Amino acid sequence: MPRVIFLLPLVLFLGLAGYFYMGLATDPRQLPSALIDKPAPEFDLPALLSDLPGLAKGDLGGDVKLVNFFASWCVPCRAEHSLLMRIAELNLVPLYGINYKNRKEAAIDWLDELGNPYQRIGQDLTGRAGIEWGVYGLPETYIIDKQGRIRYRHVGPLFPKVLKKTIMPLIEELRR
Amino acid sequence: MMKRAVAVIFLLLAFSPAHAVLPNEVLSDPVLESRARALSKNIRCLVCQNQSIDNSNADLARDLRILVRERLTSGDTDQQILDFLIARYGDFIMLKPPFKGTTFLLWFGPALVFVAAVSGLFVYFRRRRSALAEPECSKPSLSSAERDRLASLLDGREGNP
Repeated sequence: MPRVIFLLPLVLFLGLAGYFYMGLATDPRQLPSALIDKPAPEFDLPALLSDLPGLAKGDLGGDVKLVNFFASWCVPCRAEHSLLMRIAELNLVPLYGINYKNRKEAAIDWLDELGNPYQRIGQDLTGRAGIEWGVYGLPETYIIDKQGRIRYRHVGPLFPKVLKKTIMPLIEELRR
Repeated sequence: MMKRAVAVIFLLLAFSPAHAVLPNEVLSDPVLESRARALSKNIRCLVCQNQSIDNSNADLARDLRILVRERLTSGDTDQQILDFLIARYGDFIMLKPPFKGTTFLLWFGPALVFVAAVSGLFVYFRRRRSALAEPECSKPSLSSAERDRLASLLDGREGNP
């Protein structure tokens, strides 16, 4: 027994080292949303395009929907755009956009160039709606359930893997 | 002399607060402005994460500084403003985490480790001292059989001429 006690510091060290090693694998930039399972915040944004409606809290709910914050100045937004186009083409889920802190003309040029995957686009020039949603880094994508509650947030560009492994399964589950 | 002057200048520079508040953000009411500054120093810029919104140049930090000032001017208390931000961004927006059940280890972990280490040392030194002291103080006492034998031996020796 007295011999075993000398191993204690080693065991403690290995425990801590293991814990810190696990910490290396997690991304400190991925913050959990404070709004998970809470209703979407109050917001009411004017339309970006003349032929497409804007976005307000009342437009959420009814069906499972995706809300995507984007901007033409946001480089990773360009990376995920083709996947958003695929979501729209395959009609996987209604996709709503919020043009975050971005001039109207710049966003319109962007959609002309890359295509428009959104069914509604709200114009958030001041970024106040973004603050209501707890947005801190673009792009951000939220899954809203039938009751209009936020169920998931993805920060950073969407990748096929995230879509297949996390987002689509959750959408299927929420539709049931 | 010259060296000393340079050193003093560097020392003074080191103390000048690094902040990012732009002149057009500053409120005209000095009392509100000082409250805004104090609040901003404890609000984390979520883009840069280890800076407060008071000394970050990030866009979001600027928006939050302006929001804090707007709410102060409209009569919010400091706590109302913090609650507003925590509801949207979570406790992480506070540079100083709040006291509550889930942050217990965060606040008291170091103290707990310290107490454990001190009590461990205390027990160790006490044991060591009693182990060192043992040969002197605990003189082996004799059992009654040993005492009888000793007496008979001594008697025998006395009996010898």
